[in-house]
Amino acid sequence: MSFDAAAVRDQFPILSEIIDGRPVHYLDNGASAQVPRAVLDAVRKYETTGRANVLRGVHRLAERATDAYENARAEVAAFLGVPAMEIVFTGGCTAAINLVAYAYGALLKPGDRILISELEHHSNIVPWQLLRDRAGIELDMVPVTTDGRIDLEKLPRLMTPRTRLISLAHVSNVTGAMVDVAAVVAAAKSVGAKVMLDGAQRAPHGPVDLPTLGVDFYVFAGHKAYGPNGVGVLWARPELLEAMPPFMGGGSMIGRVTLAETTWAPPPRRFEAGTPPIGPAIGLGAACAWMRTLDWTGAHAHEMTMVQQLMDGLQEIDGARIFGPAGLQNRYPVVSFLLDGVHPHDVAQTLDSFGVAVRAGHHCAQPLMDRFDLDGTTRVSMAPYNDRSDIDALLTGVRHAARTLR
Amino acid sequence: MSDQLYQERIVALAKARTGAGKLTAPTGSARRDNPLCGDRVTIDVKVDGQGRIAEIAHQVRGCLLCQASASALAAAAVGRDAAGVAMLRQDAERAVGRQEGEAAEPFAAFAPVRAHKSRQECVLLPFEALKDALP
Repeated sequence: MSFDAAAVRDQFPILSEIIDGRPVHYLDNGASAQVPRAVLDAVRKYETTGRANVLRGVHRLAERATDAYENARAEVAAFLGVPAMEIVFTGGCTAAINLVAYAYGALLKPGDRILISELEHHSNIVPWQLLRDRAGIELDMVPVTTDGRIDLEKLPRLMTPRTRLISLAHVSNVTGAMVDVAAVVAAAKSVGAKVMLDGAQRAPHGPVDLPTLGVDFYVFAGHKAYGPNGVGVLWARPELLEAMPPFMGGGSMIGRVTLAETTWAPPPRRFEAGTPPIGPAIGLGAACAWMRTLDWTGAHAHEMTMVQQLMDGLQEIDGARIFGPAGLQNRYPVVSFLLDGVHPHDVAQTLDSFGVAVRAGHHCAQPLMDRFDLDGTTRVSMAPYNDRSDIDALLTGVRHAARTLR
Repeated sequence: MSDQLYQERIVALAKARTGAGKLTAPTGSARRDNPLCGDRVTIDVKVDGQGRIAEIAHQVRGCLLCQASASALAAAAVGRDAAGVAMLRQDAERAVGRQEGEAAEPFAAFAPVRAHKSRQECVLLPFEALKDALP
């Protein structure tokens, strides 16, 4: 039986909204995905029947809240195939990367090296530059191929005995290209380095089998994975979590505090100072549980059919070209394109007048734009609830922009 | 399907590319970036002894609105000093709804941007660069 995108779509209330007289063709999932009823229900249940702070209270609402929060941790863990106590809830994906840059960074010595790539999101560049400037770490860059993939052929010669960490996008937020994780892990092992993947664009496309991937850190954002804003996830190997000092100090992350000194709680609490984003975490747990109910083989095939439809349609528009992999192999449904003579923002604005939501600009990947001397791209990012009609509406809008704006 | 933002006058201003390019010996030059969208404007000016703009040129790596604004600014700024340029900015801000009052030409053309708050900075970025380029 083929994948039923309409049945998925029906679970997302916002997608049946009529906005300014038009249906919503939401193709900006890479920025923020929409939220299914299961997530809305879970958050509403917490806010209306179990709202309290977690871990501290002895009253019933506090116990309900704590149970729901810890169940959410277990759901996220199941989604990643790891034990619950290896999951740290953060304020977002950016916060998770900053946590690693700070806390794992605290274990590094001046002259140690960290390897990232030219296509990283700013959130996987700037925290390392801050660490470099703070702690004397050296940063190395893996170049990008002309079709928008991390050039892993260049990886072996970039590895040094001082390389401590390789931190890469699992899937590019600009080109949709998926990195060959096995090759990265092999290169890292050759010098004893750790591997972190930024899974922000991968997690929204189904469960991630971390034990098989063999990486050391994994991060993703709640709001891109059908969950609420304000929550993200860090997973790290338990021995790394155990070795890392806290990122932030405050309540919950302590063992014992005296005015003279403080001992730390064990992970994951050590990294969850203060009141955590309880409602958003519960919502994200529901999102991970929801994602585990989908047929991802069917969903991926459906997404790739839409990518092919988009590629075929763009090919027929004069001056339109894909920036990124031309094929469907080792990619996810994030597709950037250029329209000669029309700025990406003007393409996106025109698409908005057709009821189509996309993102345009540098996508927080300015070094990648500089590398290819681009002002930006127009990015179409899909989810399983999208269908042919969304791509049709988009292509109609692109044809209109091509006709009227150049 | 109506494209209310991209009305003919705005598209015509952008396509006119008035002042597009560089000056060979500018007295002032400045570049401004919009960090949110990545638009980038570089403005060169040659100013006379009275502080008035004798020549102006712009390089825009940005959207049609930014190009149209730079083009309109280049057409309107010659002969004006910093105070005169500030008056033009006032027109642009009036056109996009940031200030009360009626906008004069050529910036009145930008009235459709009023309904698109996220694009108003695109119109104002060339003014930011020109302000920095003036003595």
